[in-house]
This record gives sequence, C-alpha cells and structure tokens, in this order.
Amino acid sequence: MNTPNAPTDGAGTTARTRGRAILRAAATGTPDPPPGLDAAADTDDTDTDTVDADGRDVALRARGLGKRYRGRWALSQCDLDIPAGRVVGLVGPNGAGKSTLLNLAVGMLTPTAGSVRVLGGRPGSGAAQLAKVGFVAQDTPTYPRLSVAEHLRLGAALNPGWDDAVARERVERLGLDPAARAGTLSGGQRAQLALTLGVAKRPRLLVLDEPVASLDPLARREFLADLMTAVAEHELSVLMSSHLVSDLERVCDHLVVLVASRVRVAGDIDRLLATHHRLTGPRRDPATLPADQQVITASHTDRQSTLLVRTDGPVHDPAWTRGQPSLEDLVLAYMRPTAPETAPAGRPTLEALR
Amino acid sequence: MIWLSWRQLRTQAAVVLTALAALAITLAATRGQLSHLAASAGEGFLDAAGARRADSWLYLVTLVVVLVTPGVLGVFWGAPLVARELEAGTHRLAWTQSVTRTRWLATRLGVSTLAAAAAAGVLGQVARWWCAPIDTAVRAGHGNGGLLSQPRMSPVIFDARGLVPLGYAAFAVVLGVTVGMLVRRTVPAMALTLAVYVAVQIAVPLLVRPHLASPSHATSAITADTLHGFRGSGPPDAGGRIDALMVDVTAADAAGAWMLSSRTVDAAGKVVSPLPSTLADCLGVPDRAVGPDPVDPAAGGVRAGGLPPRGERVVAGGPAPAERQAGTREKACFAAIAQRGWQQKVTYHPDSHYWPLQGAETGLYLALTTLLAALCFWRIRRLS
Repeated sequence: MNTPNAPTDGAGTTARTRGRAILRAAATGTPDPPPGLDAAADTDDTDTDTVDADGRDVALRARGLGKRYRGRWALSQCDLDIPAGRVVGLVGPNGAGKSTLLNLAVGMLTPTAGSVRVLGGRPGSGAAQLAKVGFVAQDTPTYPRLSVAEHLRLGAALNPGWDDAVARERVERLGLDPAARAGTLSGGQRAQLALTLGVAKRPRLLVLDEPVASLDPLARREFLADLMTAVAEHELSVLMSSHLVSDLERVCDHLVVLVASRVRVAGDIDRLLATHHRLTGPRRDPATLPADQQVITASHTDRQSTLLVRTDGPVHDPAWTRGQPSLEDLVLAYMRPTAPETAPAGRPTLEALR
Repeated sequence: MIWLSWRQLRTQAAVVLTALAALAITLAATRGQLSHLAASAGEGFLDAAGARRADSWLYLVTLVVVLVTPGVLGVFWGAPLVARELEAGTHRLAWTQSVTRTRWLATRLGVSTLAAAAAAGVLGQVARWWCAPIDTAVRAGHGNGGLLSQPRMSPVIFDARGLVPLGYAAFAVVLGVTVGMLVRRTVPAMALTLAVYVAVQIAVPLLVRPHLASPSHATSAITADTLHGFRGSGPPDAGGRIDALMVDVTAADAAGAWMLSSRTVDAAGKVVSPLPSTLADCLGVPDRAVGPDPVDPAAGGVRAGGLPPRGERVVAGGPAPAERQAGTREKACFAAIAQRGWQQKVTYHPDSHYWPLQGAETGLYLALTTLLAALCFWRIRRLS
C-alpha cells in the first residue's frame, strides 16, 4: 500500500455481522498454481497471493495494475488488496477506474501493466478461474430474445458448478415468469435475472459493476436486499462498485475508496466510522493537532475551524465539538482532490465535489 | 454450449433453411420433366426448355439463390455473431461464465460455419443435379445462345452450382465474424462484410481462378469460314485500328469451355498487335454492319475481354461466314493472312477442367476461411 492515507484495518472482526459466516476457510483452501503453469504477465509471483501482510485472506490483489485504452490510462499504478469473506464496496468518482478494475478482475480485460490476482489465479486464465468468479456487469446485460428459463439453461450449460435448485427457487421467489423473454422484463427484473445467473453459478467471489445504477430507488432496494440474502445463503465474497454511498452502506461491511487509480482509503466500515471524527471549534491551524490525529479535510471561517480527522485514539481536547461524520461525508471527504487548506474559507468542507 | 449456439442461430437458421428447402423441393419435383424433355427433344432440348417459361424461370431463380446464399449467410449469420454481443454488452455475460471465450468462439463459429457450409453445399449439389441435363446439352454444343446455353465453366454459372458454394458460405460466415469483431457494430459490420465478400467474389474469377489449373491452348486458322468479326476503333476501312479478330475456335473441346484469351499470332508465335486495318477487307464492305457483340453459338464460350471498351466498336460480318460471297478483296485479304502465317491462338479452360477448378477454388476459400478463423481466435482474446 503506497498511499499514505490508506489505513487498513487490522482487526478481522466486525460488529456489522449480517447473519453470515466470514469466509476465511473457503479462501484459505486455494492452493497456489504451480509456477510453471501460470507464469504469464505477473511481476510479483509470490506465495502470498492469497494472504496479505496481516495474514488475512485476499480475494483480489493488484500490484502496479494499469490498463490503457487508445493511449489513455483508465487505470494506472493501482495497488490494492481486497479481503476475502467480506462484502466489499468500491466507491469513487466517475473515471476513477472502478469499472476497469472490476473488468480486469473478472478477465474481461487484460492488464497493460502490472498484475492482478483473484483468489490466487490470473483472471480469465481458464475455465476453472472463470468458475470461481461470478460477474454481474454494468447495466446487467441479458439476451433480450432468450426467455428467463433459457437464461437458466444457458447458465446450466456454461457452468459445471451450476446450482439449478437455487436458480429455480430464486426465479420463483422473485416472481419472474420463466417463459418471459428477458427483453420484456423491467430493468429491476433484468438485474435480478443477471444476479441469479451470477449466484447460481456458485462462485466464491461475486463481482458486481454498478448493478443498481440504472434502477429506480425501489428496485434498487429490492435488488440489494436480494443480494444480501444470496450472500447470506451462499457465503460469498462480494466486490461491488457504486457511486452511491448510501447503497453501499446498506450492504457492505468493507469499503475501498478509489480516486484516480489510487486507493484513498480502505477498511471495514465500522472501523472507518469509529476512527473518523468531525471536529468543530475555534479557528486553529490543523498543524497544531496531536500527531496521532490525521487531518483529512479542513475548512475555516474567520472564527471557526471544521476538521475531519482520523485517529485511532480518543479526542480529548475540550475545545472541539466532536461529531460523527456519516459514511457518505467520509467518502466524499476522501474523494476530494486533496489539499484541504486551499479550500475557500467559509464553505462547508464536504460540499460541491467535482 | 452447442445448445446456446444453436439457440442463438435458431431464428435466422429457420428462415434460411425453410427458403432453401422450399427451393430444393421445387427442384426435385420438376427435375423429372426436365430429364424427360432432354431425352425426347435431343439436340433441340435447350430450345425446348428455354421456351418453357417454368424451366427458364426456375433455372434463373436457382442461379440467383445459389449465388446470393453465401453472401446472405455471411451478412446475417456471420457479421452479428460477435458484433451484436459486443454492441449489446452480452459478451460480458457470455464470457464470464465458466467457459473460456476461446471455447465459446470455437463452438459458436463452428456451429454457424458448419450449418452455413452444409446448407450451401447441399444447395450447390441440388442445383448441379437439376441443371445436369442442361449442362450436358451445352457441353455437346447444342447451345442456342439463350439463357440456358451459358456453359457451367463461365464465371457466373461456375459460382452457382457444384462444390464451390460450400466454400463460399464457410468463407462468408467467418468473414462476417471477423469483420464484426473488428468493427464491433452490427449494421456497419453487415455492410462491410457484404462489400468485402462481393469484392472477393469479383476478384477471384478475374484474377485467381484462371490460374487454379493450367489452361489449354489451341490455334485456329483464320479463314473465311472461321473469321466472323473483329473488334477495333475508328473507321474500319483506313486509319482505324483493329485490336482483335473474332475467330471461331475449332478445337474439339471448345464447346462449353471458358475462353480466357484469343489473340492473333504470327508464324513465330508472337502476338500481332495492333492488326493492320486492311484486315477489314476480309469482312467485305466495311460499313456493312455495325452492331453489338454478336452472339456466337459455335464458340460457345465467354470471350475474353468482355464488352469492348468505350469508343471502340464491334464489327460483325453480315451474312454467316459460310454463306459469304467471297469477293476479290476478301480473297486477297485471307491470302495475305495465310501468307504471313497468322493464326488465332486461344487460351481456355475446357469443360474437363470443371471439377479440378471447383475443387481448387473450394480449397482456396476454405484456406482463406481458416486464416480468418485464426485471426478471430487471436482477436477475441483482446476484445473487451
């Protein structure tokens, strides 16, 4: 992790348990591929591909990862560890490289530079690797002229691990007409169908690229609730991108903020909330704060300073009024282009991004 | 995977196969009458068949259908195969199931190509079978210059029956897939596939097919009996230019042959060009007849060079050569030709080259198909 303000959260436990098992065991069972068979394009072939520095299981590991389209870098120099056994939200402004990263993770794209390993393997390197990772692509594509039942048949034909009972049960529960063509379904239903394909494949990691972006609020809520049910039932690791923090807050227990290919902050959501404070008090130079308090953003009026700080310890200074930032505030603060002291005085710190 | 390939091809396949099956059944039902007519009418068969509107019409329809089917398959089966997935984004669904995209492409390309090749192959054989009495009559020299008298060696008819439609269809489908993968949008890919396919279909008979087997050569004497016209420009008597003589080919296998070139050569075998304008005398009075390229039943073949270029004209003798009144000037003219040892040398593919050429051309197209398929498999790993 080469980003200074990218705290990773050492503790594996989370208070936000959502009735599902943490999937350590599943991820640890993956043997590393023999070096001779999988030597392609990897610069950091080590035996730590599935475990990070703290000994936690890693679902995805990127090192110096870059992707260039027509001379433009959509993602460059990205270093990232995504823990296994979590529901991980990937958030960032448009153009941060979220979609590119996810497409690299499922093998839809091949890296221009660096390497990415998912569950110990190179994405898209073969049928076995493809079977481990489910993907619900942006705008949840389905074949408009195939019926719902034919989509299930497609899934069964293309996935050796296909769980037909799960697929049928989901279709029934969601009220999808098996004979209906996918083209006649609503956006929400189509997303549910795409999710059904992703879940019934029984992957170990499910990757969702802005699955709810085009859905109305009700459909979005239903989709996410349904996703959580599936996650609880099937013990999936999930990596989901969105630019709506509220959606991610509802379902995720781990968050990664990606800005311009860089991880700005990553950690379990409970811990992020517990270690970030909004401090309001008399105007003060942020440099005079205790060393263990890292200022994320600061804004000043003539008489007052408002700071967002991160600290592992408590805030004792009685001059401050301490407030709890919302997750959205926190994410937006990290998505700012940095240099908080240049922000115009008098304007609220967390407003008007981009 | 095969199920999916078939499912995605089903609708288009049903349309095409129904139409082709209807044509095949019609041909099968009418073939008996045609054979019967061939047996009973003898040398007059082509006249008799040409006079029957149903047979002429069916001949023409079969010709057109076999000619366009490979292109249609390439445009409607090949081009959208990957392009539509890329356009609709469904490739992100298909390629992230537990099947590598290489296998996905192999299956989908295989099913479509084999289905197209099989359909076109069967169609080509049915067309060949139905047209066999006509081809036999043309080969025997019974042609009357009508629609049915085009030899099967002539460029267009060659494409429309036999083995080659199979190769064309396989090529067209894989070409469509390749173009679709490069263009990534369905409708432009369909248009470009059609354009490239048509260009190849025009280029191959002009540039490649003559060399797929070594052609035959024959020389004919230029006499009052064989010379029936010349092609040139300017006034035919003096000051004009004569580019080529039209001489009947006397070789035994000339009937039904594909004429590649016909040139006047001197005794040493060198091509004489341009020809002296005095040769106009051989045809008698210069201004007698000026008209379009006369149809020549005896030559039977398609003349090399086709239509004369703009500004040139074709002069044909008025009466048939045998009936021509040999005047003094004509006699002197032919005597001069004989004295110089000039002969007409023709290069042609006789009908006996039909199957070697069909086999070689099918092989050529299948080789091109393989190359394009390799390009597809290379390309699909780089698509996203």
